[in-house]
Amino acid sequence: MNLLQIKNLSLAIHDTPILKRINLSVAAGQIVAVTGESGSGKSMIALAVMQLLPNGAEVDGELRLDGQNLLNRPEAEMCALRGAAIGMVFQEPMTALNPVKTIGDQVMETILIHKAMPPAKARVRAEEVLARVGLPTDRYPMTRYPHELSGGQRQRVVIAMAIALRPRLLIADEPTTALDVTTQAQILDLLKGLVSEYGMGLLMITHDLAVVADMADEIVVMRHGEVVETGVTDHLLRHMQHAYTRMLFEASGHQVNLPVPPEPRPLLEVDNVVRDYRLPRKRLFDAPGHHRAVNQVSFTLNRGERLGLVGESGCGKSTLTRAILGLEEVQNGRISLDGQPVFTGHKPNLAVRRKMQVVFQDPYGSFNPRHRVARLITEPFHLLDTSPTGSERQDRVAEMLTAVGLSPDDASRFIHEFSGGQRQRIAIARALIIRPELILFDEAVSALDVSVRAQILDLLAELCSIYDLTYLFISHDLSVVRTITDRVLVMQDGQIVEQGETEQVFSRPQHPYTRTLIDAAPSLPEIGQGAA
Amino acid sequence: MLRYALKRLLSLTLSLAVASVVIFAVIEVAPGDPASFMLGVNAQADTLAALRAELGLDVSKVERYFNWVGGMLVGDFGTSYTYRTPVSQMIADRLWVSLPLALYALTLSTLIAFPAGIYAAARRGKPGDVAVMGATQLGIAVPNFWFAMMLVLVFAINLRWFNAGGFAGWEDGVWTGLHSLTLPAIALALPQAAILARVMRSALLDILAEDFMRTARAKGLSRRQALWRHGVRNALIPVLTIIGLQFSFLLAGSIIIEQVFYLPGLGRLVFQAISARDLIVVESVVMLLVFAVIMVNFLVDLAYAAVDPRLRSRT
Repeated sequence: MNLLQIKNLSLAIHDTPILKRINLSVAAGQIVAVTGESGSGKSMIALAVMQLLPNGAEVDGELRLDGQNLLNRPEAEMCALRGAAIGMVFQEPMTALNPVKTIGDQVMETILIHKAMPPAKARVRAEEVLARVGLPTDRYPMTRYPHELSGGQRQRVVIAMAIALRPRLLIADEPTTALDVTTQAQILDLLKGLVSEYGMGLLMITHDLAVVADMADEIVVMRHGEVVETGVTDHLLRHMQHAYTRMLFEASGHQVNLPVPPEPRPLLEVDNVVRDYRLPRKRLFDAPGHHRAVNQVSFTLNRGERLGLVGESGCGKSTLTRAILGLEEVQNGRISLDGQPVFTGHKPNLAVRRKMQVVFQDPYGSFNPRHRVARLITEPFHLLDTSPTGSERQDRVAEMLTAVGLSPDDASRFIHEFSGGQRQRIAIARALIIRPELILFDEAVSALDVSVRAQILDLLAELCSIYDLTYLFISHDLSVVRTITDRVLVMQDGQIVEQGETEQVFSRPQHPYTRTLIDAAPSLPEIGQGAA
Repeated sequence: MLRYALKRLLSLTLSLAVASVVIFAVIEVAPGDPASFMLGVNAQADTLAALRAELGLDVSKVERYFNWVGGMLVGDFGTSYTYRTPVSQMIADRLWVSLPLALYALTLSTLIAFPAGIYAAARRGKPGDVAVMGATQLGIAVPNFWFAMMLVLVFAINLRWFNAGGFAGWEDGVWTGLHSLTLPAIALALPQAAILARVMRSALLDILAEDFMRTARAKGLSRRQALWRHGVRNALIPVLTIIGLQFSFLLAGSIIIEQVFYLPGLGRLVFQAISARDLIVVESVVMLLVFAVIMVNFLVDLAYAAVDPRLRSRT
């Protein structure tokens, strides 16, 4: 008998159908991955199993744990099951822990709330599980607060809370999406180890197909609230039946063809740049400490070249980006665009700034919701001495919208009328409209679904051949950087540890850190072999 | 934590110093000489000079400032121009009414607001929430003196449980004193409680939407347990801010209530002193209020740190 058996599960929230007749099962010791793009309803399966659905949810079908139906159970009984028989790990480790309680208290709470053992024993058990997830109490005392831990460590605490009572079923909803690749690899290893050690069933929800292929015994592919395909991992990867599954896997390994870059002619020169942040004084009359976020970084970006910048969070990527944009003054070294410094004296050089534009990660937060698209994408015009007016302005807007694959009529619409992918197209149009010499893409495709991401990457490649773009592409996603750049910089602890031709760096990494990064990144297997 | 407290204490002292200069300067530029005001327009020049000397008005402004501050540090607030009694004694008498009244009202307001706010947040959108929110809307809209008059009408005139006004003093025991402050405290507390309950509710609703509340539920906590164990403490920061502001207001802002109930409080003292151009009293009371406000803010800062560990390590 299966541990978790879901039969014909349908879910509607306020009469909007979310899940349609879902069937899936998880056996003890088995890892089942549910995958699909955002809005496919995959997280709702997790919440339905936990019976933690939002208000207005109507569920129909069968949802059995160890043969017992979970649907329509009294709330008190569900409380007894949650945490004890079913553990759950969430996506966002930074906010999943209560900031005002110690990690020890939070892990012990799982044990105490179920009255599983007396407090003294619960403390010992909490120490054991924290040690098991890699936070031994001699180095990470239980009196620590969440803000004193890194994201990966917090996720370990969340996992410790979920497994403290050895639940038979563990649900992990995008457990590594917010983490760096090396941390992701460690957390995935930990989860795999726990499954085999405790014989738990693991229901894992993730949009990352490389993680899925790496981890799962069985894969469930979802789209628009329906299961489109399901099967044992190896078999499914080799014999994909459904066009959507095929499209998903192709899109996540999507390759683009960039035009050949022109002869090297330096555009952006970064020379020996140092950026220090002042730390608060330790004592009243001590000299303040410094944190060196960017340490003696030098590189050149040639005109028409596409340069990648990779590294884990906290490595200084964002600080370097801000320095290049002239948003922050550097303590040492020189950054110049086309021979002109981005900072003159203590003031940013506006003549240089107007030659650069940036596209950010979040397609939802980077637009003023009260402005129409025409106004949004003409924003950079204020940087120009004479900004185009009247019909010329309208022509430019229409041209840009067409260039990014939208219609000129979209100019009069508001931003909330667009999807995430369309918004990112608008962000690109906004960056392109003054024909900048250099564009910075700061995690510009990281928040997008794989199929949308593939389209945006295609768009970038196309724009490269039309407008001869020069860009710096900052991302933590190695597979994207590999296809969309000519050269790449690898950054660690504020320093560039390796740079070179993208393909060369990826296939023959020289620096140990580069190797660690590439090894840690889960890779997609060659898909569709034998499908014919 | 200690360093955090010391830092706050340092900034408190600086604020007080700056405030004393500002208060002194502002009141000094106000037109009108207290001595000539006291003696009237027909005063003799030498009488005037003698009075000015007696009041300490004949020295330079800088010297007067330091005399004033130095006096306050040892508890000497000077002598009232109109009543010819030590200001410190006048303030102390009034403070024995105003301070207990403010604390009483604040306690009542907190006791009403916390349960009401938590109850409303836990039942968001349901009839209980709507009822509480309706009541708080009313509490904010209706002025406190109207509450005061209604309370007098019902509890003093009809039921005769309380006196309609006046303060019994603390000589006959704490209970008698508190009894005579009860109606004014309720009248002061109701509008404050309405504001505080709304703040509590919205702060708690923000917290209920946080990821860690979902984590708590996934551990097996019931909705109620999650609310009490993880919600309330996290919601306290904005609530503490409002409590601090309310205390400062209650200490001196209760002048109308003091009038309605014939209470000899600080608010009335300031009012009388201003009309009599008794600048030394005004200066001293204002300085005292500034001290109280800054002190309360200091305590609120300490309370923040006690509630939220993230503030302890941030310096």
